[in-house]
Amino acid sequence: MKFAVIVFPGSNCDIDMYHAIKDELGEEAEYVWHDTEDLSGYDGILLPGGFSYGDYLRSGSIARFSNVMKEVVKAAEEGKPVLGVCNGFQILLEAGLLPGAMLRNKELKFMCRTVGLVVENPDTMFTSAYSKNQVIQIPIAHGEGNYYCDDTVFNDLKANNQIVFTYEGLNPNGSLGNIAGITNAKGNVLGMMPHPERAVDALLGSADGLNLFQSIVKHWRDSNVITA
Amino acid sequence: MMKIKIHVTLRESVLDPQGTAVKSSLHAMNYHEVQDVRIGKYLEVMIEPSDRPVDEVVKEMCEKLLANTVIEDYEYEVEEAVTQ
Repeated sequence: MKFAVIVFPGSNCDIDMYHAIKDELGEEAEYVWHDTEDLSGYDGILLPGGFSYGDYLRSGSIARFSNVMKEVVKAAEEGKPVLGVCNGFQILLEAGLLPGAMLRNKELKFMCRTVGLVVENPDTMFTSAYSKNQVIQIPIAHGEGNYYCDDTVFNDLKANNQIVFTYEGLNPNGSLGNIAGITNAKGNVLGMMPHPERAVDALLGSADGLNLFQSIVKHWRDSNVITA
Repeated sequence: MMKIKIHVTLRESVLDPQGTAVKSSLHAMNYHEVQDVRIGKYLEVMIEPSDRPVDEVVKEMCEKLLANTVIEDYEYEVEEAVTQ
């Protein structure tokens, strides 16, 4: 399976993402610059964390108008897996691929530590390698992860099982419903504030994030590879 | 040339964590008159009018990029700027 790691000016988790796919997952990955106009050669799209365009105006608001985003929208419509982590999540929100918006963390602090995440929905192409209510250890590193949406959207998210990850225990940023990650209604676009690509090796604290990438590959194999 | 003065603020229904912190600080300084603080952005956009109505252009820019209408409201005023 071949992944595109989209690189914006100011992305800074692109190398971690590439490392997770190439070295830990053992699949193909390529860096793709933000002005690329063709993503048809990739099976999965990864939007890494960072501070695209210096977080000017609002996090993700400028990156959302990059050339490559038209292609990301197309890939999402085609049903390809699209994962946005941290700033990548913010870009997906600004692009309207996911509902809602991000506010400053409630305590106004940049939070950087490992948190427990509850797997609320293991029936997605991103989470099939986890079990329901499993608690996984994944690092967070953000100043604007305070997810917000109106009541109608929140009820829809709940009704459609689009809330995939919630924070266990203390909510680090004040997000509505303890939300840490959500998918679109179709289930092929996931945005999450915590960084699974930073938790792919037990030597570095946790390998719990690797299952997320393994889930994506399993989904792709099940739908694309015909075994004799 | 026209100067468009745009204010972008968080919607009333959205809690403003920065405004809340500033309010606490003002209270700590004994400004007990302060009831609420909300922090927003102020933008000045210089526009050379085209064949499209200015209001239409400004609203479109605000809705597409300058404000995120999920969490923010915007208002603007148009000022005729002096040409150099």
